[in-house]
Amino acid sequence: MSPQAIVDGLVAGSMIGLGAIGVTLTYSILRFANFAHGEFIAWGAYFALALVSVLGIGMEPLGPFSFGWLLPLAAIVAAVLAGGLAILLDRLLFSSFRARGSATIIMVIASFGASMALRALLEFVFTSKPVYFTRELQIAVRFGGGLRATPDQILMLATTVVLVVAIHLLLTRTAIGRQMRAVSENPVLARVAGVDVGKVVRTVWFLGGALAAAAGVMAGLLVQIRPYMGFDLLLPLFAAAILGGIGSVPGAILGGIVVGLCEALAVQTIGAEWRAAAAFAVLTAVLVLRPQGLFGKARR
Amino acid sequence: MSAAAVPSPALAVAGLVAGYERDLPIVKGVDLVVGAGEFLAILGPNGAGKSTLAKAIAGLVSIHSGELALGTRDIAGLPAHELVRSGLAFVPQTENIFATLTIQENLQLCADVLPAARRGERIEAAYAMFPDLGARRTIAAGALSGGQRQMLATARALLVEPSVMILDEPSAGLSPKLVGEVFETLLRINEQGVTVILVEQNVRAALAVTRSALVLCDGRVVHRGPAAGLADDPRLGEMFLGRYEGQAA
Ligand SMILES: Nc1ncnc2c1ncn2[C@@H]1O[C@H](COP(=O)(O)OP(=O)(O)O)[C@@H](O)[C@H]1O
Ligand SMILES: [Mg+2]
Repeated sequence: MSPQAIVDGLVAGSMIGLGAIGVTLTYSILRFANFAHGEFIAWGAYFALALVSVLGIGMEPLGPFSFGWLLPLAAIVAAVLAGGLAILLDRLLFSSFRARGSATIIMVIASFGASMALRALLEFVFTSKPVYFTRELQIAVRFGGGLRATPDQILMLATTVVLVVAIHLLLTRTAIGRQMRAVSENPVLARVAGVDVGKVVRTVWFLGGALAAAAGVMAGLLVQIRPYMGFDLLLPLFAAAILGGIGSVPGAILGGIVVGLCEALAVQTIGAEWRAAAAFAVLTAVLVLRPQGLFGKARR
Repeated sequence: MSAAAVPSPALAVAGLVAGYERDLPIVKGVDLVVGAGEFLAILGPNGAGKSTLAKAIAGLVSIHSGELALGTRDIAGLPAHELVRSGLAFVPQTENIFATLTIQENLQLCADVLPAARRGERIEAAYAMFPDLGARRTIAAGALSGGQRQMLATARALLVEPSVMILDEPSAGLSPKLVGEVFETLLRINEQGVTVILVEQNVRAALAVTRSALVLCDGRVVHRGPAAGLADDPRLGEMFLGRYEGQAA
């Protein structure tokens, strides 16, 4: 594997990992696979894009980066909006199924429907034509040994590290993190222990949506922004979440990096059209060899 | 014991109908007044609805009709997590601790409902009462033995200084020696002024510590009276079969 493929794989893997954290948290708390999660990625990117284009200021490239100072701010606002979108989707759709005690398959199919609807809405508003945050070309920084990375890529890796550490600390050191882990293990006992499960559910949706938006902005910077950008990431997201072990945040990010590296390897050795097959191969291998994932506990 | 002898009630249940499905009541009209400081055993055959009654009071099973008051507060329909804040603690029969959380985290989780200033002090009080737990704060609760788990579950419930504490078969799966220890602990808790309601299959051991008893059969109260003497009462077997109506509450 060439050094360049490693850098590309790490960056793509961070993006996948950030998305996979949301998938894994939603699954561990609400026990269903949310197929609409990819849409939070796309909506996050479009939220940021809309802000940047409407405000139209702060676009001059900032130092070595390809974007101006407005984009990081827009990304933060987009994360908040995408988190709100996730809570809204839960309020309008999933919460009523939960209240009725609907079967998991109904939730999964509903999420699939929501995914189509959210994507169609993006196509309606923004058309399906790809758009870009920036068209600046970047000069890669050489690290020796053939390793090169653009300043954007380095920033994305650093941002991912910061976000993952922050989420990890939130889960392990704070009251809401304890409550999330408690609900994930035993929601009934959590209620008895005084945990407001509704608040925990909203928090999980918000975090998942916000991290997805971060991944979306990264994907927009690295590649392009299109309505299908999130949906196309769905398979890698699930591969990463399952590889890492459902419920595990470090697992999701590590799973994302493994999937990202496999994709980069496939692109380099077989061809770019095999990128998606790499995620599928990882997913299949995990399900056969270690269904509980790297960090997961075997579930009843 | 007549109702008049009971001091101001800690918990009052009237005409309670509750169950898991709309048209299938499991608790079929229960009236029950539990005095402040009382130590009550709820007995009855398997499937009588004891656990369902306890869960309905704790806000975990939906109430179809009836009234429920904790002290002077109407609590029917309140979500379980708010009941904890109003002073009602419930210890479920199985899975009553968070196995993936440490002992400390199990207690912190419950302490989070208290004002920040009192959390540390309440957790230390729990460790003082259960020194075995204090010595192993950072280990995962899943590694505890059956008796220690029951201690942790009890400590967790006590953390919020409840006025009423309901335990569902805390003796299940424990050795007779440990059952004795658990019941001794409950007696101590009761002596500190907490109203304790003990749902039990272990009739003899339960009646040895509790002061009063209620027998539930097929979702209805068939007997309510003092605990003393009930274990040797020849009519108890009949009550369990629902053939004998004892003194009503
Ligand atoms: N979660 C549940 N869903 C539906 N029915 C239940 C559930 N738990 C218990 N039941 C039913 O309620 C009845 C009473 O059960 P339970 O309250 O557990 O009795 P006890 O605790 O006295 O043994 C039984 O017929 C049981 O099948
Ligand atoms: Mg029971």
